[in-house]
Amino acid sequence: METIIEIKNVSKEFNGEKVLKGINLSIHDNEFMTLLGPSGCGKTTTLRIIGGFVTPDDGDVFFYGKKINDVPPYKRPVNTVFQKYALFPHLNVYDNIAFGLRISKVPENEIRQRVAEMLELVNLMGYEKRSVDNLSGGQQQRIAIARALVNSPKVLLLDEPLGALDLQLRKEMQIELKKIQQRLKITFIYVTHDQEEALTMSDTVVVMNEGIIQQIGTPQDIYNEPTNAFVANFIGESNILPGIMHRDYLVEFAGNNFDCVDAGFAPMEPVDVVIRPEDIKLVEASDEVLNGVVETVTFKGVHYEIVVNAYSDYWVIQSTKSANVGDIVGLSFTPEDIHIMHKSKPARQSRYSRTVSEDMADDK
Amino acid sequence: MTSKSKFLAAPYLLWMIIFIVIPLALIVVFAFTTTVYTDLEGNLLSNEEFDELRIEYDNFYDMADNELPYKKQTVFTLTHIMEVSNYVPVLLNSVWLAIIATAICLLIGYPLAYLISRMRYGFQKLMLMMVMLPMWMNFLLRTYAWMTLLERNGWINKLLGLVGIGPFDMINTQGAVVLGMVYNYLPYMILPLYSIMTKIDNRTIEAAQDLGANSLRVFSKVVLPLSMPGVASGITMVFVPSVSTFIISRMLGGGTNMLIGDLIDLQFLGNAYNPNLGSAISLVLLVFILLCMSITNQLNNEDNMDGGMLL
Repeated sequence: METIIEIKNVSKEFNGEKVLKGINLSIHDNEFMTLLGPSGCGKTTTLRIIGGFVTPDDGDVFFYGKKINDVPPYKRPVNTVFQKYALFPHLNVYDNIAFGLRISKVPENEIRQRVAEMLELVNLMGYEKRSVDNLSGGQQQRIAIARALVNSPKVLLLDEPLGALDLQLRKEMQIELKKIQQRLKITFIYVTHDQEEALTMSDTVVVMNEGIIQQIGTPQDIYNEPTNAFVANFIGESNILPGIMHRDYLVEFAGNNFDCVDAGFAPMEPVDVVIRPEDIKLVEASDEVLNGVVETVTFKGVHYEIVVNAYSDYWVIQSTKSANVGDIVGLSFTPEDIHIMHKSKPARQSRYSRTVSEDMADDK
Repeated sequence: MTSKSKFLAAPYLLWMIIFIVIPLALIVVFAFTTTVYTDLEGNLLSNEEFDELRIEYDNFYDMADNELPYKKQTVFTLTHIMEVSNYVPVLLNSVWLAIIATAICLLIGYPLAYLISRMRYGFQKLMLMMVMLPMWMNFLLRTYAWMTLLERNGWINKLLGLVGIGPFDMINTQGAVVLGMVYNYLPYMILPLYSIMTKIDNRTIEAAQDLGANSLRVFSKVVLPLSMPGVASGITMVFVPSVSTFIISRMLGGGTNMLIGDLIDLQFLGNAYNPNLGSAISLVLLVFILLCMSITNQLNNEDNMDGGMLL
């Protein structure tokens, strides 16, 4: 699989605040990559560096091995779908989509054909003469996507494109975007703070926090094998507890020793222990398991969310069975459900995750 | 609209009626009427007959117990409106100078407004204050200042004399009048342009760059069309006062370049006292400006833009 964009050791500072601290990233042909993280994590800045709107202070950006740090946005083979769409208010739908083609002096009859194809792709045939102000948010979003894609870019950059849409529409658009990407076979770089969105659409998820890449991997890796407490907490809900790794395969937390499947830590190293709420089963209280008192029970539709106070920590548990507040219950989980993480050390890129994601992409 | 908010609008409505509607109506009435004198039977008197009667009355009758031998009447007439045609050259000259002044204001004001709108916020405020600062000084004073600068023995000629150039005849020329207009009305061009330009979303500019447009294309395809409402209102704000100014042409044009504003001034306050003719000229000017502005707005409406218009 060919590498299209390579970001090497890129740093950026705004008004003395470091927003990117040495980012390394390879983006491949036909890959749906998502930059995921909370606001201010540097994901949008990374996207803007690729688009050419921000120049890195340090480090280099390569396109097909050619350094493009100083290439202005209008000369780059990428197109962007902006947050809040940024359509041209003085142009109608047709002229908005045709903008890029007209700049590159494509003949009018070819423009007509390509704009029509794009309108078909985004399901807005017959909207050519409409003013963009009279379109709904979802329709404006589709026009913004068509306006970028009509130029047949190698890479499409999307900056939280679904942020302004309601939940129902967002879910529809997620599926539609993924379909478009697979149909056109081009690379999408997608910025979002919504972990569900990232897991739904991506081939590769890049989790960022405070200007540092925390983890790169497939959605499955990121969810099942988070490299640190930040990733574990950001991707889905997690119980994160302080623990001590006595030796390989034995960890102490919540006042007990537990068998686990992790190894390679220093003896008696303080660690973060992560257990997913859906991995914990509620059982009868007994000496065999960790016991606690039910604090709250919330009905969530598919399951109940039960908060249990055990060993002066609050545990979130997702269970299809309900419980009563004040009940004493047992918490049961297997060694495989226990994930051990180094204490919030700057994250390394998991080599394992990378190979898995490459294998998966190659299979397509 | 609720009845309560209607009530709130009442003071403004009253204000508009007293200071806009009534004066306008008076001007229309004055423009289409004239004062004539008739004898007591109602026969129209010629000027000579009227003078005779009046002198006779003044000399031979005791005012206390005799009624006047003539009557004053206001009658409808088109003479004053027709008379305006005598002043078409003055009107054209005014329009011509106002067009030049507006064009120069646009040429200076547009790039300046664009630069200011792209500056850091704090800097924008400072620059705007610099633009408005001269307006805090009295209008007459500013124009007087230009007189002393432009005079044959003025500062500019003195300075040029030091390097052996000149002296030039600058004052009492059409150029000086245009300069006065540009100097006084430039802020009225910059401010509406600036306020429209700050509303242009930076992302639309980035989107254009992203789609392959270099700076020149970004300007011609995005910034210029989006700033047209500002251009239209800037033109209106400069053209209207320029075309009807009288003090600038009197002070800097030396009375040799009579403008339509001077003409109107003469009919009301000058020795050619004739309010009916003055009103007629004002009315013609008003209609003319309305026509010009509707053309400007037409340019604007083609782009389906809203805001920034004065009409």
